[in-house]
This record gives sequence, structure tokens and C-alpha cells, in this order.
Amino acid sequence: MKKDLLSIGDLSAEEIYRILDTAEAMREIGQRPIKKVPTLRGKTVVNLFYEPSTRTRTSFEIAEKRLSADTLNIAVASSSVLKGETLADTAMNIEAMAPDVIVLRHASSGAGHLLSRICTSRIINAGDGTHEHPTQALLDAFTIREHKQRIEGLKIVIVGDLLHSRVLRSNVLLLTKLGADVWVCGPSTLIPPGIARLGVRVSTSIDEAVAGADVVMMLRIQQERMQGAFFPSLREYFNTFGMTAERVARAKPDAIIMHPGPMNRGVEIASDVADGPGSVILEQVANGVAVRMAVLYLMAGVEDEAAA
Amino acid sequence: MKRLLRGGRVVDPANGRDGVFDVWIDGDRIAQVGRDLRVDGDTRIVDVPSGLVVCPGLIDMHVHLREPGQEHKETVATGTAAAVAGGFTAVACMPNTSPVIDNAGVVAYVLKKAAEANLARVYPIGAVSRGQRGEQLADIAEMKAAGCVALTDDGHPVSTAILMRRALEYAGMFDLPVIEHCEEQSLKGEGVAHEGFHASSLGLRGIPGEAESIMALRDISLAELTGGAVHVAHMSARQTLDAVRYGKSRGARVTCEVTPHHFVLTDEMLGAPVAYDTNVKMNPPLRQIEDRDAMLAGLADGSIDAIATDHAPHHADEKHVEFDRAPFGITGLETAVSLCFDRLVHRGVVSLPRLVELLSLNPARILRVPGGSLSDGAPADISILAPDLPVTVSAARMRSKSKNMPFEGWTLRGGVAATIVGGRAVYINEAIDFDNLKSEI
Repeated sequence: MKKDLLSIGDLSAEEIYRILDTAEAMREIGQRPIKKVPTLRGKTVVNLFYEPSTRTRTSFEIAEKRLSADTLNIAVASSSVLKGETLADTAMNIEAMAPDVIVLRHASSGAGHLLSRICTSRIINAGDGTHEHPTQALLDAFTIREHKQRIEGLKIVIVGDLLHSRVLRSNVLLLTKLGADVWVCGPSTLIPPGIARLGVRVSTSIDEAVAGADVVMMLRIQQERMQGAFFPSLREYFNTFGMTAERVARAKPDAIIMHPGPMNRGVEIASDVADGPGSVILEQVANGVAVRMAVLYLMAGVEDEAAA
Repeated sequence: MKRLLRGGRVVDPANGRDGVFDVWIDGDRIAQVGRDLRVDGDTRIVDVPSGLVVCPGLIDMHVHLREPGQEHKETVATGTAAAVAGGFTAVACMPNTSPVIDNAGVVAYVLKKAAEANLARVYPIGAVSRGQRGEQLADIAEMKAAGCVALTDDGHPVSTAILMRRALEYAGMFDLPVIEHCEEQSLKGEGVAHEGFHASSLGLRGIPGEAESIMALRDISLAELTGGAVHVAHMSARQTLDAVRYGKSRGARVTCEVTPHHFVLTDEMLGAPVAYDTNVKMNPPLRQIEDRDAMLAGLADGSIDAIATDHAPHHADEKHVEFDRAPFGITGLETAVSLCFDRLVHRGVVSLPRLVELLSLNPARILRVPGGSLSDGAPADISILAPDLPVTVSAARMRSKSKNMPFEGWTLRGGVAATIVGGRAVYINEAIDFDNLKSEI
């Protein structure tokens, strides 16, 4: 693996499968009475979060602790960024304390790339602006594979605010790399220009997109970004693109329903779908810990063993 | 004191000259240009090394000198030092300083700093609107009297169509062109890069080419309505070039410029070789290949009037931040000539005389300033260029106070040998054996 995990583009298909296979073993640790192994003992992991995040930060922290890493959470309120020191200075200060891994969440696309050029510590991108969220895509792939035993050849449709979604970009890169038939669907105002060049089918018809799908992945409507008049109202959005039981019925009978969270019930997804039989949304959360353990282990734990 | 520049290839499109001529300089003026001139005994002879080109002084009509108010980025002294090292004998400087150049006092201040630096000539460009706020006209008549040569609210477009109309009407009385930063603000929004595949992939907010062309079309229509002269600054989009062609075909008084970075680079630079490099963040943004190729075509077919650098120095600290937080702009004065030779002349896009039109004659005409030719009696502003000089771009060697540019380490063919302003050699490239110039001028 490369020094940093900034983008799914940093990973080969082989490395992705290696992470998913490793995550299988990691998940077993989480099922033991004593959920802890010494793999990363003596390693320091800094969770540097410039955006509020409950799910991702907690998931990383649990993963780090189960691997016995020393973890440190730094939450930087975005309001203080404007008056305070630059990201580069913060990075250099943290770097001076010699952590092994920095997990970065930041509102600016490419923030991890900036850190990567400054730090010798390994950087894991835990979401940068509207760019990528690689560990989310890995846990999604893990969840899909668990249910479908494969990725290749599946029809996977991703629905919602494509424009602002870092989950979308990472998933598109990963799922197309592993040979899935990826469809993306949303209102035309929220489709990133040129996205088809990434090898996806683009549709503004949810009925067409969902038809025969093996996997339906919903993206969150980020209400805080919706001042730009991308669509008339949440009600109209739900009526046009919301995932309802009727729409799910167009997918394959065994289709799974995914959502990276946090969900807006009644906006992008109806509660009976979110809580319905096909929903794997809470499994995604559970798998997130195992996948992040795998990533941390492969990035920070492996070569030392080889060296020893 | 009289000097004779002997043996250089003189390229002077204003006088239809392209060949070996002598250039006789008397003090700060050109006395005569001709073949085998008979000169009087007190004329010192300066032999121009073979292979060099002698042309009217280059004029960069779009430069940010940052003074007053942003001296940590650049000053008139460092900016004009960069200019002469880049082969420019004159620069026109933008008014988005602090305070804004919107009154005669600031124009006079900039000219005083330029006189103290005593390197390149500096032509201040005044703001269209007071404080560049887009509300009321700046003190245009007074600025003109103080020496300003054009008007612009650069950084932003003139805010409304009605203000642009009034500006064109009013500036017309003083024969001042209005230079427009064409950008429809609502389409630009919070954009930081060209809207397209690369920005989408990198999660960067896009700015479509139409944000530029829509404003250009507004201004071209207003130029027709008022009879005023509009100059489209730093054109980047193929749609804008079409708009300019349309305006010219209708007889509107519209001209345009393109920067070297817009005819050399594309938005592929956003992702590689350095992802999210803030030194490829500029406004207008680097656009896609079709736009870059359209700029080359416009340079070749004559639709584009001028090459200007939009030299936009920023302190390293300001650029060493997240991409979306970094300021727009790159430096350009010290790379322009090399990029023009390497990418335009040596690749057959434009001839050398055409390049001199783009960098000297046309900027002089658009701004109605002296220079642009080696006519008898003209100011002795002369650029001596080295078309085949191998150049490796190095920020460390640059004279500009700021080093924000994406060309570090590029090897290019073509450079500057010497720069003469008012008969005085203000720059001689150490890489060229030109000792007699050093001692004589």
C-alpha cells in the first residue's frame, strides 16, 4: 500500500480485496468478549477532525482502540480555523510529536493531499470536502460482498445529491474498479459535470435506475447545502427521488438498501425502507469498524512485523 | 550620447521590418533604423550577438504590482525588476490595490514609485468604480490627467450593465478603454476551478466557461450601444473567443488578451503532477483542452489582439493552504517570453513578427501609449530576445517578490537577452555574452 490513503485511486483492485479479506478477520475480534488485540501497541494515531462527525470519528476510534493504538482526538471547530493557525502549521505541530497515523476529516477537498506533502506520518482521509471518503467506500464494498458474495457484475445504483457527495466519488472509483455496473441517479442540478467519464451510467429517472438493481445506495440530501436552489422543496425531492417501498419493488427481490448516514427520513428515504428487510444500514456501521481496523493494520502494523 | 545596435535581427511589424538592420539610438529616442547606417563619430557601436532579435519593447498590459497596500506580495520596485528581467519595457498595473487606484492621488503615488524604481515604465490603470465597489464612477477625468491609461474593476466585472454603459460612455470622452474581467458572478458562485471532469473528480466547485462569455457578450453589446472600447482581459474560454469574434465582425470596438498559462496549461493540472496544487489556481481558471486549443487558434488567426500575463503575485504563506482557501493567481512576468517562444513561435503557431504584435504593438495601440514600434523618434524602448536560449525556469532566480507559479523546473527554448528602457540597459541576461552592451548602454 502507498504511504497514505487519500483516494480510492491510491489502491489497486488487489489491495482493495486484501483490505476486505483482512476486515473479515478483524470483524471476528469485535465479536470476542475481550475486543482487543495488541497489533498496534505503541503506535500513535491522531484523529484530526475539522468537521463535526460522530459516526466516522467513533468508528475510527473504536477501531484504533481494538488494535491497542494510543489514540488522540483533536476536534477543531471550523470557526476557529479562520482566526487560528493554518492546516499546514497544525500538521507540522502534530508531526513534531511523531504520530504514526493521522486520520483527517476536513471541509476542503484535497486537505489530505496538503497534509501528505508535509507529514511523514501516514495520512488516512476520513472525508475531504466533496472529494472522497475512501474508508466509507471500502466498508460499503465489504457489506455488499458479504450479501452478494461478489462485486463484479452487480447493478449498483447510487441515488441522491451526487454533486456534493464524497461518498459518491469514492464508491464510483471503487465499484467500477471491481467491475460493477454502476448507475448514478439524482436531479440534473446535482449531477457533477463529466461524471460519466468515470465509467458510470447517469440517469435522472429513479425508476429506470433502480430497475433490476442488486444494490440501492442512497445519499444524504445535505440540507445545509440546499440554499443554491437545486430543487424546489424537500417534499418534491422525496416525491421524485425518495426511496419508497414502491420504488424498491422495481429492484431485484433480494436487493439490499444502503445509506452512509446520517439519514434524513422522509427526504431521501422512507422509514419503511430504511427499517425494512432489505436494509443493511446498521450493518454498514458495524462493518465500518472492521474495515477501518483492516486499513489501520495494513498501513501501520504490517511492515513492522516484516521488519521484526 | 548616441549608440548603434548593429547586426541584430530587427522585428518591427509596425514598420514592416523583419531582417538585419542597424538601430541608431540618440539619448532616450530612436534616431533611425536602417541598413548600414552612416553614423557620426561620437556614436558608440554595440554589436548584437548573432541569433538575437531586436524588437520594440514588450508591454505587459495586465500586471498586479500590489502597491500600495500589499507590499508583502510585490512592490512597484520588485514588480518592475521582474518585468525588465522578463523582457518587458512597460507594464500596465491593475487598480485592485489597497487603497484602490480610484483617484489621482493613488495614480500619482504609483507613478512616483515607478520613477524611483526607474526600471520599466508603469502605466496605472484606474478603477471604473469608486473602491471597485460597482456603485458609482471613480474620478476618471482626474485619473486620466494624472496619467492613468485605462479603466477596470479587475478582480470582478463591472457590477451592472447600467454602470458599464455609463463607464463606456464617460470613458469615451477621455479616450480610455474599459478593461473587463468578464465573469457573471452568480454563475461563478463559489467556484474555484474550471467546471468539468477534473473539478468534478476532485470535488472542486466549478466555474463554467459561460460565466466568462455571458459577461463578454453583455459588454460587447454595450460597446456597440455606446461606441466605447471594451478590452476583454485574460480570456480563457472558447465561447468568449467566439463572442469577441462576433463583436469584431459587427464592428464593435472590442479587443482581447490571453495569458500564457491559458494557452499552455489545462485543467488536467488540477490533479497532476501535484494534486490540488494552489499554483494552478487562478481566475479565470485553467480550462479544458478544447479551450486551450481555441486560444492557440485565436492567436494564430489574429482574433486575439494581445498576450498579457495577469502577473498575480501572492505570498507563499497565502498559497500554502487548502485549495479552496488559496487566493487566485500566478506570477507571469518572468516566464511569458520563454513560454511564447517555446509554445507559439517554435511550434509554428505564430510567426515572430506576429508575436511582437501580440506583446508590443497591439498593447501599445489598445492602451494608446507610446512604444510598440522602432519608428524614428520613438522612445528607445527595446527588447532584445534570444529565441534559441535554453531556459530552465527557477523561482529562486526570479526577481518578483512572490514565487507562485506552476512552471518550476520547466525547460523551455527562448528567453530574454536584454531590456532597454529610454536608451538605458536596465536588464542584461548573464547567460548571454553581451559585455559590450553592459559597458555602452
